Amino acid sequence: MSDITMTLPERSLSAGPRGAKPRRRFAPSTIMLYSVLIIAALYYLLPLYVMVVTSLKGMPEIRMGNIFAPPVDITFEPWITAWDSACTGLYCEGIKVGFWNSVKITVPGVIVSIAIASVNGYALANWRFKGSEIFFTILLFGAFIPYQVLLYPLVILLRELGIFSTLTGIVLVHTIFGMPILTLLFRNYFAALPVELFKAARVDGAGFWQIFLQIYLPMSLPIFVVGLILQVTGIWNDFLFGVVFAGSQNYPMTVQLNNIVNAVQGVKQYNVNMAATLLTGAVPLFVYFVSGRLFVRGIAAGAVKG
Amino acid sequence: MHAPAPIVADATEKDTATSVSIKDLSLSFGAIDVLTHLDLDVADGEFLVLLGPSGCGKSTLLNCIAGLLDISDGQIFIKGENVTWKEPKDRGIGMVFQSYALYPQMSVEKNLSFGLRNTKMAKDEIARRVARAARILQIEPLLNRKPAALSGGQRQRVAIGRALVRDVDVFLFDEPLSNLDAKLRSELRVEIKRLHQTLDNTMIYVTHDQIEALTLADRIAVMKGGVIQQLDRPLTIYNRPANRFVAGFIGSPAMNFLEGELVETPDGPAFRMSHLMIDLAGYESAEPLRTGRRVTLGVRPEHIALSSEGGQDAYPAQFELDEPMGADSLVWLDLDGQHLSARTSAGNTFDPGQELHVSFAMPMASLFDAETEERL
Repeated sequence: MSDITMTLPERSLSAGPRGAKPRRRFAPSTIMLYSVLIIAALYYLLPLYVMVVTSLKGMPEIRMGNIFAPPVDITFEPWITAWDSACTGLYCEGIKVGFWNSVKITVPGVIVSIAIASVNGYALANWRFKGSEIFFTILLFGAFIPYQVLLYPLVILLRELGIFSTLTGIVLVHTIFGMPILTLLFRNYFAALPVELFKAARVDGAGFWQIFLQIYLPMSLPIFVVGLILQVTGIWNDFLFGVVFAGSQNYPMTVQLNNIVNAVQGVKQYNVNMAATLLTGAVPLFVYFVSGRLFVRGIAAGAVKG
Repeated sequence: MHAPAPIVADATEKDTATSVSIKDLSLSFGAIDVLTHLDLDVADGEFLVLLGPSGCGKSTLLNCIAGLLDISDGQIFIKGENVTWKEPKDRGIGMVFQSYALYPQMSVEKNLSFGLRNTKMAKDEIARRVARAARILQIEPLLNRKPAALSGGQRQRVAIGRALVRDVDVFLFDEPLSNLDAKLRSELRVEIKRLHQTLDNTMIYVTHDQIEALTLADRIAVMKGGVIQQLDRPLTIYNRPANRFVAGFIGSPAMNFLEGELVETPDGPAFRMSHLMIDLAGYESAEPLRTGRRVTLGVRPEHIALSSEGGQDAYPAQFELDEPMGADSLVWLDLDGQHLSARTSAGNTFDPGQELHVSFAMPMASLFDAETEERL
């Protein structure tokens, strides 16, 4: 800015409005805005509230029927039961078995799919080869095929490979189905990075992996977080593939939860069901809360350049 | 598409080996021909500027020399070695980009040494070269900073340094100053010229800025539509443009173009506008002027003299308006129904419609065929 300051004498200002425009605190538009926001928030939070209070009540209290009432006698028994000893079918070991199964599926699934998709996206964005456009189109086409159509062929495929009903099988399935959207994500992110950076690195003698690992990776944290969140929530929340491909010894948490909640024998233990459901949903929620800001940044970086 | 303009080899200036030699280079993206049958020889230690409007293929040509684009046909030699199929790193070139292209997560020192570390060079040699480049470019205090903490001018120095440390034969500049503000641009322009004098490397420099081209170049190649229109020393290009495009592209304020006909008079060929007859005595044509055809007379504003009285070879014109530019002033006139701008010293004031007389410095003028637009 210029260092010449305008020094107008105060009295030279006329009587009219001056300075910042005043804002009314309770303007009708403000009230409208906040009411809509509050109602929307309540609409989404109410079921969560019901779940939390129900999970903290004992069964006698629940039977009184007032689902919105806060718990009179707070008990963590349902949570312990849900985790440790709720019955899923024949076994009564709680949902912890499913939790560890889900961890065993999610961790390798997320790592493998992101590792492959990021290299895919990098290659498609920067190392165009003959037919790369067609390859990308076919890959994207995969994103639009309903999963259910592919279930049976995949079952046969995995059976022939000898990995049906194994951890390897389910991880492979998640990797395949994550590939279209993840590759698109990474490709767009890398394509938005300045191409001159890539050229400079090539002039500097860096090859395919050097450019990827030393130049691109350190610049790509936001998009990796996006991929991480998408895959963690996607794989953790998956039910269909888990029930079909994992095999009963590897059933993920969602399948176990279903078995607890839909048990037909005995009394419905609503508090245990609520606790088990909350436990199942905790992991994606945790991941989102920890890295949500980066998530938004990564999504935005792909959409808007600069 | 025109046939490639003949390239005048300038053997007088530096009679040394060629550094970069391009033979019959063509490049097409699908059905679009970007470069067609292009030949170019750059002498050792020469500063060559590729100049042209956006989309003329100048940056594409530079990328081809660097090996960042695969060419469709032709050959590229650097230092006599055929590098047509070689990787960029094996061509002995360093490149400086418009957007600086510094690696954002690396310090300046790491940016400079990245290319050397890729060659598995000994550590002390790397340190020696980085120190030397930093000293030449005066960026020693910045070595530990990240690019984000540098100003535009500092970033571009680091980018130049990255080419410098690699001890390359040929420097390639791709519009290196376009992202800088006007003041920094002129400062760095001088520094690049100084760098060239110090290093005596071959430099190929792409720009759309004619001032940069005229001030920096040993020779300028003016490009349009993937074809080199003229390749010559800056003053030759300025004073004797090979065609109407070059004439109009170079020079600011732009050259005046008057449309008319070439006719025969007892005093020799003359240029006839609708009413005026302009004497062409003093104009040096490549071959005897063939009369009876439409031509364009190109005169730069500074080669037009204004006077209030008429005289020999002075033609009446009406004053329209003027554009004061500080040191001098651009005066717009109506000459026989066509607009004409003339450069005069500042301070002259005229009234709209005032009758003035203009005379042309005919040896400095250019005459173009109206159809082929080639210089006559």
